[in-house]
Amino acid sequence: MENEQRIDETISRGLEIVKEAEEDRLMTLSVGPQHPGSGHFRFTIKVDGDYIVYCDPDPGYVHRGEEKMCEYRNFIQNIPHLERPVIHDSTNITYSYSLAVEELANIQVPLRGQYIRALASELNRQVYTLYWLGIYGIFLGHSTMFMWPIGDRELFIDLLEALTGARVTHAFNIPGGVRNDMPDGFEERCLRQVAYFEKRLAEYEDIFYNNPLFRQRTEGVGILTKDDAIKLGVTGSVLRASGIPFDVRKAEPYDVYNEIDFKIQYMKTGDSYARSTVPFLDMKESCHIIRELLDKMPKSGEVRAKLQPNPKGPAGESYKRVESGRGALGYYIVSDGTPKPYRVKLSVGSFRNMLALPFLLIGSKLADMPSIYWSLNYWPVEADR
Amino acid sequence: MSSDQSKTQNGSEQKKSSSDLTPTSISKKTESITPQFEGSLINQLVTRFGDKLVQVIYVRPGRTKILVPPNEIVQVASFIKDSLGFDHAESVSGTDYPNDNQIEVIYHLSSYSDDKLSSQILALSTRVDRNESRMPTLINIFRSAEYHERETFEMLGVYFEGHPRNERFLLPEDWADIPPLRKEFRIKGR
Repeated sequence: MENEQRIDETISRGLEIVKEAEEDRLMTLSVGPQHPGSGHFRFTIKVDGDYIVYCDPDPGYVHRGEEKMCEYRNFIQNIPHLERPVIHDSTNITYSYSLAVEELANIQVPLRGQYIRALASELNRQVYTLYWLGIYGIFLGHSTMFMWPIGDRELFIDLLEALTGARVTHAFNIPGGVRNDMPDGFEERCLRQVAYFEKRLAEYEDIFYNNPLFRQRTEGVGILTKDDAIKLGVTGSVLRASGIPFDVRKAEPYDVYNEIDFKIQYMKTGDSYARSTVPFLDMKESCHIIRELLDKMPKSGEVRAKLQPNPKGPAGESYKRVESGRGALGYYIVSDGTPKPYRVKLSVGSFRNMLALPFLLIGSKLADMPSIYWSLNYWPVEADR
Repeated sequence: MSSDQSKTQNGSEQKKSSSDLTPTSISKKTESITPQFEGSLINQLVTRFGDKLVQVIYVRPGRTKILVPPNEIVQVASFIKDSLGFDHAESVSGTDYPNDNQIEVIYHLSSYSDDKLSSQILALSTRVDRNESRMPTLINIFRSAEYHERETFEMLGVYFEGHPRNERFLLPEDWADIPPLRKEFRIKGR
């Protein structure tokens, strides 16, 4: 209760200042949608000198009506357009969709298929996080940290290209398993790349995370306490940075994740530094997971269940979630027994984390805006859907 | 498959008219196959509010869906938060049922603070009249529902009483059509 008041007070205090102050004292700034870092997203802020006193997010510049489109296509046709909201994490966004459809239509996925799609989603998590990290680097004016992750991201893109046949939008996860088996020699190639990447991660740590300039700009900035994080319902790295060890892969293991031994990476400070470090730690942990998946994977077998041409199940509904690069990614699907879904709802991490943006920005300095904004792991296209 | 049974029952139930929305028989049948932990959640709710107020739609491992009338939803939601320990809303979605002349609004609630609940999703649903679609907001209980409710307002036209901003969010500012996720809104050419 106390905590709830605190959130409300912060926001209403912002409004009061706007009301009381003479209009010419405040300056209204529109950040985005043309801002090179903001992505397709705009938020209006009002500043009193150096301090932000008001913030109003205005998403929707890339709203494509994914949920409406789903109602016009059958369960299989939906896959290629459902990965558009996050093309850099396209395996994860189709993962929970596949899980939900499998539950509705009662499809069993072969074990090797489960391992391969877990592997693909881990590789894709690296691709997404590296891209995010590159943008974070350029946001803070650290151009090396832009070049390195974008360069190393190519390694994983090449791996995924070998696995799925496409560089970025794979449409690889489908209800019933994955589209194709791994190519010959993929395992060795994968292990080699991961070993190289782990060395690179150590270098990232030296040049970026231990950089005094970076630490000055992020440590103690935009602190989100544990209680506020729960109250605002944030997810993913933002949540784990505030001291809550919640990861869907552990909390509600899907497919083969209950057989994988890994640790949830979390920090307790809840500032921008923690929020930018947790995805980095996730990448490290993901390397272990990739190795373990390759190790425990059955060496042969089916990768895809046989489906009827237009899969459908009995009428019913299903809510499934996975841990994506930006946190829990849930699909709520209502089926009326036809091959087309009656209603599809995406509950995405970016949309949920957006609620923390005004809360953290109000009261902080304008100069801290970039480091707070991008540390929220916010992907505008995903939030708009 | 036991879970299949509950699905089919649920589905056939949805197609019926609104007056038949009393799935007490369903809840009795599903109880025999209800997982223990989910069953105890349901028992607490039904003991507190009675099975007229809180109707169990289905129970599956990790998933529970209940249906409450819109004018009681605040009371039930407070109980869910304070006594059952669900502390945030993962998603708020609306589904249009033109045949029943109703819109269903569903809050998928989950918990970060209670480890036992971390794999649980409690779907708190309510059905409002399609022509007079108003219901009280839950943002005073689940602060995390703020933007989700705002999205539901613009996509389905459900007005949340007490919500500070029932306004445009994702759609263009000059949007002058019916809420797009209602079934009578058709995509051009389809």
